[in-house]
Amino acid sequence: MVEVSDIVDRDLEQKPLVQAAYDVSSLQQPEYDDELLTLNFGPHHPATHGVLRLLSTLEGEVIRDVKPIIGYVHTGIEKTAEDKSYWKAIPVVERMDYLAYMFNAYAFCGATETLVGLEIPKRAQYLRVAHMELNRIKSHLVWLGTSALDLGAMSMFWYCFRDREEILDILEMSTGQRMHTRYIQVGGVAEDVPVGWADKVLAFAKSFPTRVDQYAALLSKNEIVLQRLRHTGTVDEQTLLGLGVTGPLLRATGNPWDLRKAAPYSSYDDFEFTIPVGTIGDNYDRYKVRLEEMKQSARIIEQAVEGMPEGPWITDDRKYALPPRHELATSMEALIHHFKLVTEGFRVPPGEVYFPVESPRGEMGCFVRSDGSAKPARVHMRDPSFVNLQALKPMIIDTYIADMIATLAMLDPVLGGIDR
Amino acid sequence: MEIVRAGDKGAQDLARTEFRSAQMKSRDMLRGDLEGAELEAYVESRVLTTTLDKAVAWARGNAIFPATFGLACCAIEMMSIVAARVDLARFGFEAFRASPRQADLLILSGRISIKMAPVVRRIYDQMLEPKYVIAMGACSSSMGVFNNYAIVPADKFMPVDVHVPGCPPRPEALTHGILKLRNLILENPDLGWRDRYDGHGTVEVAPEGTTASAHAENVPGTEGGASA
Amino acid sequence: MPDATGLELFAQEIGDTDDQAVLGTVFFRDRATLLVSPKAVPAALQFLKGKGYTFLASVHGVDYFPEEPRLGVLYELLDMKTVDRITVKTRVHTEAPIVPSVTHDWPTANHQEREVYDMFGVHFTDHPDLRRILMPEDYEGFPQRRDFPIGGEPIIFTHSEAGGPGWWK
Repeated sequence: MVEVSDIVDRDLEQKPLVQAAYDVSSLQQPEYDDELLTLNFGPHHPATHGVLRLLSTLEGEVIRDVKPIIGYVHTGIEKTAEDKSYWKAIPVVERMDYLAYMFNAYAFCGATETLVGLEIPKRAQYLRVAHMELNRIKSHLVWLGTSALDLGAMSMFWYCFRDREEILDILEMSTGQRMHTRYIQVGGVAEDVPVGWADKVLAFAKSFPTRVDQYAALLSKNEIVLQRLRHTGTVDEQTLLGLGVTGPLLRATGNPWDLRKAAPYSSYDDFEFTIPVGTIGDNYDRYKVRLEEMKQSARIIEQAVEGMPEGPWITDDRKYALPPRHELATSMEALIHHFKLVTEGFRVPPGEVYFPVESPRGEMGCFVRSDGSAKPARVHMRDPSFVNLQALKPMIIDTYIADMIATLAMLDPVLGGIDR
Repeated sequence: MEIVRAGDKGAQDLARTEFRSAQMKSRDMLRGDLEGAELEAYVESRVLTTTLDKAVAWARGNAIFPATFGLACCAIEMMSIVAARVDLARFGFEAFRASPRQADLLILSGRISIKMAPVVRRIYDQMLEPKYVIAMGACSSSMGVFNNYAIVPADKFMPVDVHVPGCPPRPEALTHGILKLRNLILENPDLGWRDRYDGHGTVEVAPEGTTASAHAENVPGTEGGASA
Repeated sequence: MPDATGLELFAQEIGDTDDQAVLGTVFFRDRATLLVSPKAVPAALQFLKGKGYTFLASVHGVDYFPEEPRLGVLYELLDMKTVDRITVKTRVHTEAPIVPSVTHDWPTANHQEREVYDMFGVHFTDHPDLRRILMPEDYEGFPQRRDFPIGGEPIIFTHSEAGGPGWWK
């Protein structure tokens, strides 16, 4: 039976920093005259994707132990979101996983909509899907560019960012911003897409699979890529499931778990697409899975834009969505609703809800607790990178440092999501 | 109606007379009429306007090496300026150096948490003079979108030369900020950050076991070499 | 999601083995939550694992200030075969915030429990490495508790510049 006093005393002991907690005596000491070297891949490092600190213990070039230390971009987003009304918390929450911002916003809005009990119009759902899949492609392009850069293939970086600029143009056309667009709102999307947007998106979606094939032609059969990615960082499916890993990492082991197919939300079941899976779960499988996912996303975008129904882009319920500006001149009620929404915000009935979506890195869930007021009482994002990072250790233990760099690239961690 | 500026007349007159006398001197020089001490003074004044300082400033301003320092969302837009559409290589700045010892410019792209702030300062201290800092985005300049316990604005612990607003700033905005910094470098021969920001009397604090100064004390074999 | 009756059956079965384990059930917006006492958390999770909920999606904390008991820890479980979710909730007071750790059975809880400790101060016994994960190691206080001040810099406008801290000088 643990007494409170034991715990309190332990806290008052001046626990020195990581070094004491990091005890290497449990590791197997090497033979001969080698010794274990603890090397710090500091937070400022060109190959860690963001400010990730890896405290690695090396025997020669083989990694015997690794301890990821995070918190270098911790921004207190969850606490800031408690301070703002639901509408104003959307841009704050969007900045967590900064490559997949539509997914952050959608998870939060979805949780709020579940709490309120809102129905989302069909057009809004299709628009949300189109934007989220564009964001998925964009996130995978950044992953591909930076991973190839880590492996030494610099030209991929330019190609991927060229494509990314095209997508950013499309997003700027519909939302007005390149990144952190706050396009997904509670009840639907912020505004309808302008004329010409559909053509631009279709032109992109039709030309994109060819581009992906070109990238595959550059990298997939490349000798260096094969040697660095094949059979490195292999973990089996059961370990990953125990560690809570989802997303392309899990799909690379052969488990076709994808929330878009398993528990479809926002009209994903209207679209035809396949889930790519790998076979042995090594880095090369992860690479191929993401490459194929980009193609499937292009397919979804094409179907979403071509089949987009007419209708409102945000819910008609004026208690939660701003009325259109022209109504403010004629209707008193619309004016009152507008005033209330802009000053205090809408109130959400008390309750707790966990809303998961499938982000480019895995299951992103948003937990919102509401206490009946206009501000959320607790917002927590279950970020996939935070949980996936725990899988780094089984992937790289007893492999070389170079394999660690490749595995870290294929793991696709986004430190904004990890640290929140 | 003649508009006369009061109080300016004296300065204007002086400038006019100086300019006129310089014109006269150039005319005499071209005709070969300047002799002796006058000629020497004339040559000296011409040479001083293109001093070594200006040449060095020109070289420095056109070849800044930024340090790869991506923290958060702004880092993605920083990667975009190196990409093909907004090409930073046109100005000569595409060589991002990984080591702070080789870098001139620290672009603080992203939010600086309280855990990261000492690390950033240590990297800034490791850079060699002349060094410049651009605080990119709202989070590093002020607190940005998040005004809470976890982050700190860059001005609190390091001197920042250019602040680029935006969340995240467009690549064009960041390029504008970088070019502004380039103009700053071209115009002012560098005096070191302590002169620019009136930081005299400050000393860099190093963690225990290491030496604080960046002088030869760190070289093994010299006196006062670090044991850590 | 298990429907309301399914949830009650779970509650009953867990209550059969241990009387004081189940403190309540909540069925809200088609989502099932099981409220258990802190000591019974590992057993409840193991029981649900046997029922098919083999994936622990999330472990997170909530501060229910000013309701007591203040600190809550929620475990989101997922059944991948039938695509079902269930939440297990436990609540502790700030004076004795002790919850047994489930890291041994569910390795994914390692970092997540560290985050709950860091942000709320809940101690997980038998956790292999309970240290702060997001805040600096020597930070004092538990930031995401509701009575922890949000902090930040005072906003300086031109008219209030003189009264500000003036650290840019």
